[in-house]
Formats: sequence, structure tokens, C-alpha cells
Amino acid sequence: MLYVAVAVRAFRRYSTYTAATLAGIFTNSVFGVIISFTYLAVWHESPKAGGYDATDAVTFAWIAQAMIMTIAIWGGGTTDDLAERIRTGDVAVDLYRPVSFLGWWLAGDIGRAAYHLLTRGLAPTVVGALLFDLRFPSSAVTWLAFGGSVLLALLVSFSLRLLVAASAFWLLDQRGVQNLAMVFAVFFSGLVVPLVLFPTWSRALVMALPWAAFVQVPADIWLGQRSGTEVLWGLAFQAVWAVALLTVGRLVLGVAHRRIVVQGG
Amino acid sequence: VWGVRAYLLLVTMWVRVSMTYRASFVMMTTANFVLTGLDFAAIVVMFANVDELGGFGIGEIAFLYGGTTLSIGIADLLLGNIERIGARIRLGTFDAMMVRPVPLYAQACADEFTLRRFGRILQGLFVMVWSLLVVDVDWTVSRVLMLPYLVLFGTLIFVALFTMGAAFQFWSQDSSEAANAFTYGGTTITQYPLTIYPQQVVMVLTFVVPVAFVNWYPSLYVLDRPDPLGLPGWFQFASPVAAMVLCGLAALAWRTGVRRYRSAGS
Repeated sequence: MLYVAVAVRAFRRYSTYTAATLAGIFTNSVFGVIISFTYLAVWHESPKAGGYDATDAVTFAWIAQAMIMTIAIWGGGTTDDLAERIRTGDVAVDLYRPVSFLGWWLAGDIGRAAYHLLTRGLAPTVVGALLFDLRFPSSAVTWLAFGGSVLLALLVSFSLRLLVAASAFWLLDQRGVQNLAMVFAVFFSGLVVPLVLFPTWSRALVMALPWAAFVQVPADIWLGQRSGTEVLWGLAFQAVWAVALLTVGRLVLGVAHRRIVVQGG
Repeated sequence: VWGVRAYLLLVTMWVRVSMTYRASFVMMTTANFVLTGLDFAAIVVMFANVDELGGFGIGEIAFLYGGTTLSIGIADLLLGNIERIGARIRLGTFDAMMVRPVPLYAQACADEFTLRRFGRILQGLFVMVWSLLVVDVDWTVSRVLMLPYLVLFGTLIFVALFTMGAAFQFWSQDSSEAANAFTYGGTTITQYPLTIYPQQVVMVLTFVVPVAFVNWYPSLYVLDRPDPLGLPGWFQFASPVAAMVLCGLAALAWRTGVRRYRSAGS
């Protein structure tokens, strides 16, 4: 299958840079340790903050570190390659390939995410489990739901990054927009502070934003904060954002394709 | 010195370059201001749930945060792109830098200098000023003088850490991210009172990776707090010692790295 082949090759491409991966794992682990201690200090003062206990909070810190590269919270991934191809005009070549434009880039990003999950997701989590007392899902169903939730998180993140990259069709340089998108992704995903700690008046809002699908929903499924039908609601929330944003992405690309002028064409 | 003059000339050139895309420049400076400010926003969110962390109130934590953010902000502005050295080595453009009649270190520091990094400095300054308005400090002349002293030596410590991280890339070109654990990790860890970490960690931050001297020990003096480790009082003034030792090691690492460098030349 074509898209599988694309994904497999993206996986291999990222796996070439072993030293970079090791350096990244080291850095994720250091930040995991720092953030764990800050959360421990918060939950020491307020043991039930946000409905979490201290173990939940520390586990959340490590899940967030594992998601940074997997979901590409800071940006990056195959959508950066796409933005560069839009800037240089190479994207014109991509458009007449006999494959789905969206499918091609998504398959590549899934391959990349799989590599980052197995390295920069898994390895820091092992480090975290050795250093701190973490909570792990007890049932196979929870593991399965968590896996599905991560995949949906990737879809939401990919479609947002796709929209950022597509802005290059108009602006040529995506970096300004990318930086602003990063601000939202970092803060409203729960990466710097779990969304459950937000003051009550803003919590419902931040929980409804698409970035909540990045870390907060998968983490709540992992921690058992969502159980039974709440798990399904969480997955449905992610799926709705994924479908909505992918549809918008399709529409934007459709408009953009009509804008493209190929030299001499 | 010729090195400093060369650095300033290169910096001016890069500033002119970035001003070509004014809209992008404004957007990126704003993003830098907000993005680096998210760390403080996170602390504010935490304080919606607690009254103090590690025995420190939000005003005092803002002081710690401002000190470390200003220090890394200035260091990052001066030589933040030195980490690009690994990419330059990989691309082979490092060789071009070596044959120019300009000190290599000045070139590496000024590489793609960008004023948008003022965003972080400005943000750190805001938090610092706010903290000075809300914390209750028994101001004396020496406490006031401690503020520029803190920022100066804090900056030097981060300058040394950035340089060491870059020098490390002469051995391993792909691992620029590992340096982030020390630079950005160092600033994250010192945004909080070190009382929230176990004592062994504080020992490491004092004697091994001495980022505690960026703001923690000077702040203990300004805020008139006892040292949880019970170290002698002169530690609160010892930042220059830590900064000089680190700068010495960084210079050594950089020189060794440059000397060791062999072009691809297959």
C-alpha cells in the first residue's frame, strides 16, 4: 500500500539521526525531572488540586514530555517540509502526483510520529518511571483507548500544522504564523501546566479548545481520570476536532491550489 | 578589541537583514515575548491553586524568575545562535568562517543575530519590576547594587553554558539539543525557589552545573532568606567565582574543539 510505504520511509528517514535522538531524550528527561519537582511542590501545598493527586501530576508531566515530539507540539514534522516546498515552488510538482496531496503528507507525518513515539516518547517515560512513582493504566482497554487517543491527537495536531504551512501559499514565510501557533499549542495543550489547574472560570473554555486534544485528553485516559463513557466522550471530542480541522485544511488547500501559477503554465 | 568590533559589525548587518521583512519581524518579536512569558503564566496558573511554593510567595518567585529570565535573555540575544555551529559544520560553511580574517568566536556568536530575542528580555524586565513593587525588601545600598550584579554574572554563566554546548558539537554535530537541557533547563529550574528540589539536586546545581549562582544565592541575600543548605554567607556573593570558572572551562572547550576540527575533505 502506497501510504504505508511513505510512512515507513518517513520512519526510516528520522531514524538516521541517532545522536540527535539521544540528545533529545536526554533533554526531555531533564525537563521531565524539573517539571515533576515543580508539580510535587504544587501538590504538596494543595494535595487535591484539579482533582489530581501528586502521582497523577507527576505522571502527567512525563506523558507531556513524551507527547512533545510525538504530537509535534512545538511544530515541525512533515508540515515543515511542505511549507519549505511551498516557499520554493516545488509544491507544484507534488500537486500533479497521482496520489492524494493530504494523504501523502499525513502518511509521512504518521511515520515520523511512530518513530518519535518509540524513541522520544518511550525512553523518557522509562527514565521517569525509574526516578519517580508513576501511575500506569491497569487494563488492556485503557491502553487501547490511550493509543487511539494519541493517534487522534496526532490528527488534530497535523491538521493545525497543515493550516500553518498552508499560510505560506499567501505569506511565503510561515515562520511568523508558526511562532504564534506555537504559543497557543504550548500553553493550551497542558504542556507547561495541566489544564485542570486553570481557574474554574476558564477551565471549560481551555478544555474545549483543539489543543486540549494534544496532551490533556490522552493523559486523562491514561490516568483513569476519564473512565467508562467519559473515555468515549474524550475520543469523540478529539475526533470532532480532527474531522473539522482536516475539512478546513482540505478547503484551504483547494483555494490555494487555484492560486498557484506555474512558470510558463 | 578587533573581535568585539567585528562582532558589532556583523550584528549590525544581521539586524539590517531582519528589518527587510518587517511584518515577520514584528510577529516574531511578539511571539518571542509571549512564548517566553508562558513560563510565568504557568506559575500564575499554579498560584490559582496554592499560596506559596517551597515557602516562597508569588512576588518572591517573580523576583527569582525575573533574575534568571533577564540573564538568559541577554545571553541568548548576544550569542544564542552559536548552537548553529553544528549545522554549519555539517553543511561545510564552517570552513568559510575559518578563512575569514575575523575571529571565529565573534562570527559564531553573531551568526544570524536577531533582535526579536529582546522579547524575552523585555518580558523578564516586566516581571522583575512587578516583583520589586510587590515584595517587601529591606532596601540597603548593597541590596540595590546586588540587582545589576545578579544580572551581570547570571548572564556570564549562561554565556559560558551556551559556548560549552556549542563546543560540544565539534565532537557530535547532531546533538545541539542536549545543550538545551543546561541552558533552557538551567533557566527553567531556577525560575522556582530551589527549596522545592531535594538537597542533592541543589548541591549539583551549586557545585556541578552552578546555575544556582545565576539568581538563587544572590536572591537569598536580597530577599533576606536563610540558605536551606546552610552554606557560608559568602556563597551569596560568590557568583563571579562560578561565572569565571565556567567561562574559563568554556574557553578551553571552545579552543580544544576548534583545534580538533578537521574539515570533511574526503
